Amino acid sequence: MIVVEHLSKHFGKTAAVDDISFEVKEGETLVLLGTSGCGKTTTLKMINRLTEPSGGRISVNGKDVLAQNPDRLRRGIGYVLQNNGLFPHYSVAETMAIVPKLLKWGQTKINERTKILLEKLHLPESYLSLYPNELSGGQQQRVGLARALMADPPVLLMDEAFGALDPITRASIRREFKNLDELKRKTIVMVTHDVQEAFEMADRICLMDAGKIKQIGTPAELLFNPADAFVASFLDDQRLQLELKTVSLNDLWDDASFTGEKSVPEISAASSIWEAVSFLQKNNLKQVCIHQPKTNSWKLVNAEELMHAFFTHKKFGS
Amino acid sequence: MNNQQSLWDFMRQEHEKLLTQTLEHLGLTFISLLLAIVIGLPLGIWIARKKQFAGSVLGFAGVLQTIPSIALLGFMIPLLGIGPKPAIVALFLYALLPIIRNTFTGINEVNATVKEAARGMGMSNWQVLFKVELPLAMPVLLAGIRTATVINVGVATLAAFIAAGGLGEFIFGGISLNNTNMILAGAIPAALLAIILDFLLSRIQHLSIKKMKVFLWLVPAGMLLLSSFYFVPITGKSKLLAGFTPEFMGRRDGDLGLREVYGLKIKTVVISDAIMYKAVYEKHLDVISGYSTDGRLKAFGLTILEDDKHIFPPYYCAPVVRKDALQKFPELEKTLNLLSGTISDSVMTDLNYKVDYLKQSPEKTARDFLVQKKLFRPANNGNNGTVRIGSKIFGEQYILAAMYADLIKGYTDYAVSTKTGLGGTKICFDALTNNQIDFYPEYTGTGLLVILQAPQKVTDSIGSSKLKVYDFVKKKFEQQFALEWLNPIGFNNAYALMMRSKQAKALHLKNISDLKTYLEKE
Repeated sequence: MIVVEHLSKHFGKTAAVDDISFEVKEGETLVLLGTSGCGKTTTLKMINRLTEPSGGRISVNGKDVLAQNPDRLRRGIGYVLQNNGLFPHYSVAETMAIVPKLLKWGQTKINERTKILLEKLHLPESYLSLYPNELSGGQQQRVGLARALMADPPVLLMDEAFGALDPITRASIRREFKNLDELKRKTIVMVTHDVQEAFEMADRICLMDAGKIKQIGTPAELLFNPADAFVASFLDDQRLQLELKTVSLNDLWDDASFTGEKSVPEISAASSIWEAVSFLQKNNLKQVCIHQPKTNSWKLVNAEELMHAFFTHKKFGS
Repeated sequence: MNNQQSLWDFMRQEHEKLLTQTLEHLGLTFISLLLAIVIGLPLGIWIARKKQFAGSVLGFAGVLQTIPSIALLGFMIPLLGIGPKPAIVALFLYALLPIIRNTFTGINEVNATVKEAARGMGMSNWQVLFKVELPLAMPVLLAGIRTATVINVGVATLAAFIAAGGLGEFIFGGISLNNTNMILAGAIPAALLAIILDFLLSRIQHLSIKKMKVFLWLVPAGMLLLSSFYFVPITGKSKLLAGFTPEFMGRRDGDLGLREVYGLKIKTVVISDAIMYKAVYEKHLDVISGYSTDGRLKAFGLTILEDDKHIFPPYYCAPVVRKDALQKFPELEKTLNLLSGTISDSVMTDLNYKVDYLKQSPEKTARDFLVQKKLFRPANNGNNGTVRIGSKIFGEQYILAAMYADLIKGYTDYAVSTKTGLGGTKICFDALTNNQIDFYPEYTGTGLLVILQAPQKVTDSIGSSKLKVYDFVKKKFEQQFALEWLNPIGFNNAYALMMRSKQAKALHLKNISDLKTYLEKE
């Protein structure tokens, strides 16, 4: 758990981060979202003290960050960088052993952990002897993540972790990371300027501008209850897509136009509208059956009915 | 082909010296290089951390680099004497800049994200330096070491001027003796050393990261090994230390004659004549191969040891003129001969003393002398053609050139251009035969032994007679080169062994045979 209180950072007279406070609960993923220069990266780097705060307090798992030796502090916090920051002269095996060696693990323990992590990240063991320039961008990012996860830190900081990848690789790596067991238990603070990415990865989003927090809340809260005009306009460009991705079939379950009938193929009610429409399109279907596992019931819908239900839902609110 | 044959012969004949010199050369290069790395690397790291000092440190090292190498060696002598110490320090100073600069650049160029990642993983500053920055800066750093190595191999040839050995002994000896094979025997190995070392280091520099990890230890290990070569040659012990010029070392009327005729066995270092006098004065040396009219003889209180077995032939000075110049300038011969018979040994020594020690300009010294001898006439500012005067690169020749210039300007209506400071005998003589100059003052002994390279038979038969030598070179120069020796000026600037007067008196040494006897006593 991370608690940030009245945190500030001044560079000369300009305030990069201006008296912000927030909490990240254990196991939660908080995304710091904003345009470049909004202070999100500075905020992130103050958590592991790559940047020293000008004022305020940070505690990680109840311990004051500023009272600890910064090197030792960082060994206990996972850190994933935008351009991965892999050492060009370290093989994958050596890269993964960096933090364990700083923590003075034995070689057997390192080897065991390496093996487990490679498997989880879908990297073949033959990669261990390769150097970063022999890996693709996506593989490099996986190795960068592996390096951060080796010592199993409870907290993970990710700075534009997918920023250097092409859009297609980025989307697939993102999906892969989201489904990693290894990450589900972790408290994660993630920086991005990509709204789609924020909505996809976040439990909660912290939208920042000019060193201040504009709104902090779940993706749905930001979309449907924006705190002010800035928050609303920040999401406007991609509003429809975001909404379709945020509203789940569950939210529309009670809509009158749906007919209760079981059929194949079926998708889970936990899916978003976006996923349902994509599913129809991809499989060239007229209609699809929604399965509601809670009540073990089914409803048959087509695209038209889905969209109608979505707009009704928006109009009368959730 | 003939030339190549004899170069090979020379190298075979002198292979022991060649090996010693090559090892000394390598030793000097790498001892200084190691020192430069030991000092330069931490300095480069320090300024990469504290950027505010980078400008001044790099600036200072840059200024050191711009000091001419001979001058830098000169500065070292008052501080460190002669021999390897000043040479190593000078080479070290030259190697410093490329090493500091490349360490600094190499570390700065390490990707900022990689450095941040290293810190983000929890590495301490030292761990970031040794595990990330230095390994990644290694190719740039090696490039700096490579540059410094090549510079040092080149500059180390000059170590021969200050008795530190190296391949410069052959190179500068060869230039003085007009011996192309000797020059090449020094220059070719020096060039090969530079090329081979550059190639080896470039191979290491361009290794892939994986191989670099395996082979990098070769660099320090190799350097240590090569440095140790300097200590391999063991020089014999003797009570006195002699310093001879590279030229003297290779001459029959020099070191070779001393060994053959006198059987003199003395520990010898090779040194430049520019600093030899001061070195003996400051007791770094005991015996030197000086010139009998050198002004510093007087300045430093030195005594000439009499050449009782007459191995040093006479070196009477006279202008050597192109025949076509004598025809083109009919007044020239008469004018140059005005100086004939006017300057004795002691007068020349005194004139040299004024220039070399009192730092009077050669022009003023020449003018004063001519005025005193009532030979001076104001310049006619004539323009009936220009006479080109040459001179070698030492005070006496500058004075003579200035006297001749004044005389020509005063007694004829020719204009004068002077090309003074033409390196050694070979350079001056080549300038004359290639019609770059019309005349220069030369010495009969040099003409006999260096230019004509007269066989031993001839030198043995005429060597001790002033007149016979003059007649011989006059005849041969006319036949072979169409050059005319005019009348001798009067003084004899021969080779001479010299010691501090006090020491010679204390040891009761009057001539070279005394010296030999003294050295052989228990």
